[in-house]
Amino acid sequence: MTNSTRTTLPNGLTVILKEVHSAPIISWWVAYRVGSRNEPTGKTGISHWVEHMMFKGTERFPAGLLDREIDRAGGMWNAFTFMDYTMYFETVPADKAGIAMAAEADRMNNAIFDPGETESERTVIISERQGAENEPTFWLQEAVQGAAFRVHGYHHRIIGDESDLRSMTRDDLYAHYRHHYCPANAAVVAVGAFDTDEMLAKVNELFGSIDARERPALFVRHEPPQQGERRVNVERPGKTAFCEICHHAPPATHEDWVKLKVMDNILSGSSGASDNKTSRLYQALVKTEIAASVGAWLLPTIDPFLYSIMITLREGRSAEEAEATVLAEIARLQADGITEAELNRARKQAKAAFAYSTEGVTEQAYWLAQSFILEDESWFDGFVDRLTDVALDDVQDVANRYLIPQRRVVGILHPTDPEAETASA
Amino acid sequence: MTASNLSIPNSNNIRRIVLDNGITLLVYENPNGQSVNVMGSLHAGSIYESPESSGLSAYVASALMTGAGSRDFDDIHSALEDNGADLSVRGHIHKIGLSGKALAEDLRLLLETANDILRNPVFPQDHVERLRGEKLTWLQYSNFDTRYRAAKAMREALYPPSHPYHYGAFGNEETIKRISQRDLQAFHRTHFGPRGMILVIVGAVAPKDAADLVQDNFGDWQNAHQPEVLSAPLANSPACSQRQAVFVPGKTQSDISMGVIGPARRADDYLAAQLANSVLGEFGMMGRIGKSVREDKGLAYYAFSRVSGGHGPDPWTINAGVNPDNVDLAIDSILEEIEILVSDEVSDEDLADNQSYFTGRLPLRLESNEGIASSIHSMQSYGLGLDYLANYRELIYEIGKADLLAAARRYLKQEQMVIAVAGPQQEASGTND
Repeated sequence: MTNSTRTTLPNGLTVILKEVHSAPIISWWVAYRVGSRNEPTGKTGISHWVEHMMFKGTERFPAGLLDREIDRAGGMWNAFTFMDYTMYFETVPADKAGIAMAAEADRMNNAIFDPGETESERTVIISERQGAENEPTFWLQEAVQGAAFRVHGYHHRIIGDESDLRSMTRDDLYAHYRHHYCPANAAVVAVGAFDTDEMLAKVNELFGSIDARERPALFVRHEPPQQGERRVNVERPGKTAFCEICHHAPPATHEDWVKLKVMDNILSGSSGASDNKTSRLYQALVKTEIAASVGAWLLPTIDPFLYSIMITLREGRSAEEAEATVLAEIARLQADGITEAELNRARKQAKAAFAYSTEGVTEQAYWLAQSFILEDESWFDGFVDRLTDVALDDVQDVANRYLIPQRRVVGILHPTDPEAETASA
Repeated sequence: MTASNLSIPNSNNIRRIVLDNGITLLVYENPNGQSVNVMGSLHAGSIYESPESSGLSAYVASALMTGAGSRDFDDIHSALEDNGADLSVRGHIHKIGLSGKALAEDLRLLLETANDILRNPVFPQDHVERLRGEKLTWLQYSNFDTRYRAAKAMREALYPPSHPYHYGAFGNEETIKRISQRDLQAFHRTHFGPRGMILVIVGAVAPKDAADLVQDNFGDWQNAHQPEVLSAPLANSPACSQRQAVFVPGKTQSDISMGVIGPARRADDYLAAQLANSVLGEFGMMGRIGKSVREDKGLAYYAFSRVSGGHGPDPWTINAGVNPDNVDLAIDSILEEIEILVSDEVSDEDLADNQSYFTGRLPLRLESNEGIASSIHSMQSYGLGLDYLANYRELIYEIGKADLLAAARRYLKQEQMVIAVAGPQQEASGTND
């Protein structure tokens, strides 16, 4: 992906534009450099809650108006909060982008945070958390993250802890908004059918008048090195056991990250292009009937996060057996490395995944916004080239340095007898 | 058709070919991008299986790629994965669906693989057993999923055991344990064939090249045993409203699934029902239901409605996830909104908003190869005509407020509604006369 332009307005706002004229559509994104990683204890979940409150309106764009206008235009809109960022987007027919841009400019500075709306949204967010709690793996992942990060904000889930969701006030939320939502802490990204000069002029007109402020200081606590393997056990009613095996990984901008990405592709096949039934872990766990499924994640994050492998056990098979199998595959990788054929497959899959993910303007805009959060748009533009440059020895090397007990956290979800739960209910 | 419709797939720019053996091929060249998407279907869904073998069709679908002809599991998947290509087959109620994507240079690989797995599957015994274990694990997991359990209870109460929609496409633990390799082979032998098959190819490929590849691969496929296409029987609505309660221990939230029998895709009032549904539970932040249940009362993170509208009388459903203490309040709020929708015409603004929403979203639906392929497949599968999208705007703007009211009144009858709740609360199921 090439040909995006980057401009910084005098008030500090980053503007990233890319013309794509394959369809009469524009995808319009605003990304803020704040997420759950920046939340102290007592305020967990505040970034996500603020994201919800941004849909409660401004004086100029009252609650519901933007939703209605975007839908009326046949657009698609949403927002999401991640550990490192909060993003808002609207993908709309090109001639209807103006309202989305105007609304985003307005709510960067003028969101109301009505006290009554704040209370109403409190129960919605608690409901969102309770819905997630219905999934057994939510509890497991929460426990594993908590064990992996004692100090850093990656310790808690994005949704936040229920006690904080019950105790935070409207003023807490508004203070978080005022501190983090400003031009110097944000980027606007547009991809689609427009003229770059005209779009930049429009962005300047809408966002240029927002007061400049210093880029806000972000709350970040660095995680000290882990001093040995950590383990957690979780029990939930049900019939299905899960095992999650994590290793502390480098940030996305670290030179080792892309090497681990290739390693992940070979271990789990998580390229996004196909379901990879020839991957090493599928062959070792699913084909051998130990597990019903296996997946892995290496997320591109600002700070060091985790490389996670999640295994869904088949009935009658144990998590310990699955863990031993994964560790044996890791040992094989560390001892013998990978083959040329595996490396070539990873490269071809990366090329295909990149082609698929850049055919839509929404995906392209997302990746540009994500790149801004991590570094700059070169992070994604150069992704396939960096991945292609990974050598055979690099993969073995990172496996030996990262997939070690001192960086490992293992979580096991043990299903408990639902009948016992029924009897005590 | 007007000049502005030229970029919309239509009868002039979709290459449609019916092969001698009955396969309908539709190709749409989209030079934007480097990939190609293949989408297809065969009349071999769960409607062709008995209740005793519920899940058989989907089992066949998931086993097709475990061995075909002389190629074993690893051969099939290596060929695809080495090239970043993807191919999957999935069972539905009426049809088996095929979906694949690859870089355009690998279309031949995709079609050769699809041809092999659809025509020459081996169903190796070891993989049949492996898949059985995976399916049982998934079913056991789903039994503790409140959303799955609420939807299942609603469906089973809405459609009687004599109707194919009473059963899910994926079977149950009892039937999955019973299905044998021989059952899979027999179902495939009888139901898989070219007659009625649809194949759509969209992407950076010339129509003639795509057509030649399809002819080379599928042109000689024959199956004299293929039965006639089955239609879903009409479904009688329940005689009275019902409330189903499913106890799922250890959960913090309850899921509500409310349903009535809705319109089929070909029903005259299908689009009117879709517009009415959008007003009720889709437009903006989940329509009027979202405004009441989520925005005004703060009861739920999600509360929305949906008209399924497939080949038969699929349900019109409303779903919400709420704290167990708020179940009755949420249900009452939803019923109030339904009552308003069936009592009064929507406003001019509501109608205009939703018509604009329906027509305005076409460019987004048609942005990707996958979206284009899905739209073309729907036009062919439901017999809508290849100019359906080109004429879509006219169809939507022909619908008036009275049509929405009539559709809502015809389907959204509270006295025939099934309300299922799955969660940690223990309550009794019952009927209301």
